[in-house]
Amino acid sequence: MLKDYVRAQTVDEVLAALQKGDARVIAGGTDLILDLQAEKVSAEILVDINSIDDLQNIELVDGQIRIGAAVTHQQAAESQLVLDSAPVLAEACRSVGSLQIRNTGTVVGNVINAQPAADAAVALVALGAVAEIKTENGTAYQPVEDLYTGVGKSKIDSTKQLVTAVQFPALLPNQGSAFIRLAQRGALALPVLNVAVVASLVNHKVEWVRIVMAPVAPRPLRAVEAENMLRGREVNEQNILEAAKAAAARANPRDSALRGSGQYRKSVLETLVKRGLSEAFNKAQG
Amino acid sequence: MAQMILKMILNGKPVERRISPGDTLLDVLRGDLGLSGTKKGCGRGECGACTVIMNGKAVNSCIVPAPRAMNARIETIEGIGTVEKLHPLQETFIHCGAIQCGFCTPGMIMSAKALLDKNSNPTREEIKEAVAGNICRCTGYVKIEEAIMMAAEMIKRERRK
Ligand code: FES
Ligand code: FES
Repeated sequence: MLKDYVRAQTVDEVLAALQKGDARVIAGGTDLILDLQAEKVSAEILVDINSIDDLQNIELVDGQIRIGAAVTHQQAAESQLVLDSAPVLAEACRSVGSLQIRNTGTVVGNVINAQPAADAAVALVALGAVAEIKTENGTAYQPVEDLYTGVGKSKIDSTKQLVTAVQFPALLPNQGSAFIRLAQRGALALPVLNVAVVASLVNHKVEWVRIVMAPVAPRPLRAVEAENMLRGREVNEQNILEAAKAAAARANPRDSALRGSGQYRKSVLETLVKRGLSEAFNKAQG
Repeated sequence: MAQMILKMILNGKPVERRISPGDTLLDVLRGDLGLSGTKKGCGRGECGACTVIMNGKAVNSCIVPAPRAMNARIETIEGIGTVEKLHPLQETFIHCGAIQCGFCTPGMIMSAKALLDKNSNPTREEIKEAVAGNICRCTGYVKIEEAIMMAAEMIKRERRK
């Protein structure tokens, strides 16, 4: 049963509050509030991080974009820095829920909630984002991609740890990205599938590419074979087609009453990856 | 259960209430404060019936923890217009037939107001995006869009005067 609600003003205050008994971090709370009401999660003390100034910024530091843990989806979607240098994230954030949800839910929360199809998290994995994790003992960094232990299960323990930010390299002029989402409606709709691609080209050849697909596994899934296949290759339709095939072959979408049959989703996925690759390569070519 | 004091600026006036840490903002508005204009539809952040404006932004009050509203500016439907002088949105919603059962209307108007406060010249796309989180089972949305367009015009005209 909830006994106290602390509005922390500093990160140290959060870490200190987490030491006191049954406490848990709350950011936007768009999912946590429901989980608490349904008694899927319990806590005696909630530690709200939204009024901590340091966590409210989106900044560019040494070529890295850093998104603080209190930044909402809507803030990220409207940020000029994100629109210019990580458009895949702006677009992903824009497709989350509804404006009311985007005004409340945070980008970092989207990662920690660990739903495999969480739009912002899918884009962050494609951007190669790293989470900054603080505890009483210090700071650690881990790739967002490695934070998943199962559907809805994160390595982050919000009763002991605080993710203060996620960060990733700002895209360079020879790099491009795409976010492709298939859903039944334009708003308040779960993705049937979503795909994020970030690509870097040198002399019309693929330097590297990251392809992330969801929800086709318990975490946002990298199409590693397709990524490796494209490295060093020319950008042309044949190569894109082959890579899209390889990507879809790796995915294992399940039959879902909400999202459609596994067979349908697997065949559509190939097309979505193809579109994502074409768009990202086009943008990288300027 | 422990109690806390919540202070906020509600519809322009400071208010103070004793709350429980587990209350939502919607609980406090509809319960102790008796402001039942804000509706509870799903209670899960999915329908927008409970939309209020918090520090200038539309949020679903059913999933906002009440303690987070500490020192916040909260606007609800009760703060919009008076019986003698309706807000342009209220007038155009009536005029356009954008209200049928009315359950979604307070939330719809708060979402629309949050938009018009920031953008007095919205496109249809921007209007759709602003109210996409407000579900209406009656009107089919077309008249709601028209009403918001028309209210934007009214507000601009009033400003020019
Ligand atoms: S009652 Fe809050 S969104 Fe439905
Ligand atoms: S008027 Fe009935 S739900 Fe909108």
